[in-house]
Amino acid sequence: MNALKTTVESKRIDVCFARLQSEGRKGLIPYVTAGDPGPEATVPLLHAMVEAGADIIELGIPFSDPVADGPVIELAHQRAVSQGVTLADVLLMVAEFRKKDNVTPIALMGYLNPIEIMGYENFARRAAQAGVDALLAVDIPPEDAKTLLDPLYKEGLETVFLVSPNTVDERIESICSVAGGYIYYVSLKGVTGAGNLDISEVQSRVEHIKSFTSLPVCVGFGIRDGASASAISKTADAVIVGTALVKELATHENDHAAGCAAVAARLAEMRTAMDQ
Amino acid sequence: MSAKDKYNQPDARGYFGDFGGQFIPETLMPAVQELSEAFDKFVGDPEFMEEFDKDLAHYVGRPSPLYHAERWSRMLGGAQVYLKREDLNHTGAHKINHAVGQILLAKRMGKTRIIAETGAGQHGVATATVCARLGLECVVYMGAKDVERQAANVYRMKLLGAKVVPVTSGSQTLKDSINATLRDWVTNVDNTFYLLGTVCGPHPYPKMVRTFQSIIGREARRQILDQTGKLPDALVACVGGGSNAMGLFSEFIDDKGVKIYGVEAGGLGVESGRHAARFSDGRKGVLQGNRTHIMCDDAGQIIESHSVSAGLDYPGVGPEHALLHEIGRAEYPYATDDEALQAFHDLTLYEGIIPALESSHALAYVTKLAPTMNPDQSIIVNLSGRGDKDMHTVAAIDGMTL
Repeated sequence: MNALKTTVESKRIDVCFARLQSEGRKGLIPYVTAGDPGPEATVPLLHAMVEAGADIIELGIPFSDPVADGPVIELAHQRAVSQGVTLADVLLMVAEFRKKDNVTPIALMGYLNPIEIMGYENFARRAAQAGVDALLAVDIPPEDAKTLLDPLYKEGLETVFLVSPNTVDERIESICSVAGGYIYYVSLKGVTGAGNLDISEVQSRVEHIKSFTSLPVCVGFGIRDGASASAISKTADAVIVGTALVKELATHENDHAAGCAAVAARLAEMRTAMDQ
Repeated sequence: MSAKDKYNQPDARGYFGDFGGQFIPETLMPAVQELSEAFDKFVGDPEFMEEFDKDLAHYVGRPSPLYHAERWSRMLGGAQVYLKREDLNHTGAHKINHAVGQILLAKRMGKTRIIAETGAGQHGVATATVCARLGLECVVYMGAKDVERQAANVYRMKLLGAKVVPVTSGSQTLKDSINATLRDWVTNVDNTFYLLGTVCGPHPYPKMVRTFQSIIGREARRQILDQTGKLPDALVACVGGGSNAMGLFSEFIDDKGVKIYGVEAGGLGVESGRHAARFSDGRKGVLQGNRTHIMCDDAGQIIESHSVSAGLDYPGVGPEHALLHEIGRAEYPYATDDEALQAFHDLTLYEGIIPALESSHALAYVTKLAPTMNPDQSIIVNLSGRGDKDMHTVAAIDGMTL
């Protein structure tokens, strides 16, 4: 009975990309940190983002030391951590979201330590039960991922990995051999929220990565508005936007409804630009 | 002992047993691999090592003495205590050893910009020092709280031509300065070398920093044989990240008769929760590039550590120490703030040597260990730094303002 459930649910990401392809559209993947700006804000925000055109959602697991993130998302982690939001809470949020939405894929994005402390098998089981589709653990290299990946695979979860502008071919190959769901191409050197996106370079790198894998290649870092989303979506299978949205949430830290509306507006603008 | 029984860590991928590794974002991986290849290449190059040894002799002032603290030994009434005088190095601590080694490597790699984290400022000063000597751009990240607490070292770094960037995120201390330095490195990876200050971080740092620090153990081994005709019965060193300790320990690990003690910061006492005793009250986890013993809560969030000495105030510890702990080769007791301060005053008063507060933790443990041993036995304590930098801290505790 478990096997059947797994087969059905593990397909959410595949179903999503197949639908996008048949519609001739590119995917829009927003990132927000769970529990930012407050724990009760997250589930309504997830629904609002789907409404505004999100195809997949990356949901950040709050961590005290998010080294790969820039100052904007780091503060989001701090807001969530300071309100006591844990990995267990994040899983409850996903389960709550699933009550109304059993279609939109959710990829958890975060750092290894909270998962390591929960225990890989325990995490994999609880995440699958909650309705999580994939995990992107930022700080686990593919070479070391086996002990984490096996329990995830067993539960039917996908594992998304990063590829960066200076990743050599040998590593792209080993990353693609263990990755599932999609490949997250980091469009520029730096942390999340950095500037200076070189569209033509991104284009040639995305094409290069595609020669190693049949997985969709999604591009994040440096996408902030309709114009950049539209430009990147010409070459990528989906665009990932995080910092620009988290900034809106920070601006409206004390008014969750306003923050939610601002995020939705920003996503809708990107959706429109990408679909033109 | 056959070659296969010899201690030979880490493995090719930087694992000390289960600990260590390269737990970093893909964006950093190419830089870390480039560093790893360069280190492997140059550490086997006689010309490189010759230049390193020459700098240690003429710029750092090595070898540092091994001093028999006879009066203090008599007062403790047990083993003979020998102090490895790293406090006499240029810039006043052991940190200069690995700074000299890493800057030579940076130069060989053609890197023009050096970045570093610092807690109390000792590693920042050592980094700024070697950068000044080679005329390289130097940026030091320092927690905003530490910038405030360690104004003299901030000024030293500026005099040496370094740019000091206060880090205002998180706990605004050493842990956060490492995060900030990693972020800089991800962004400026092409021309920038991260000169890391301890045996933590992703591979190859734990191995590389140990290699450059192992001069301490090689000298101490020769010196104790010269002075006593036999190996020591015990080694004692303080452990923050654990670079001075690994420098001493690494040359004695196969000598099973030599007991090894790494002393952590007990802060206000382990039961208070305000400490940096990662082995007494921590657990296995992943932080800042490696798997090791860390202080974190049940949800995996890192807990802020506490110690009177900024150099021991860190929630993680070098992965090799985690292995030595696990296999029982070394023990990791702790000394509280109060015990360290007492030892600080004792050594100053009885031997005329003002130790750093970090090193005072090692001395505090010696006051417990030495009396349990015989007068014909010996202990080598790593006196990893001098206490001049701590004058303001100790004076404030004694109710004085300087």
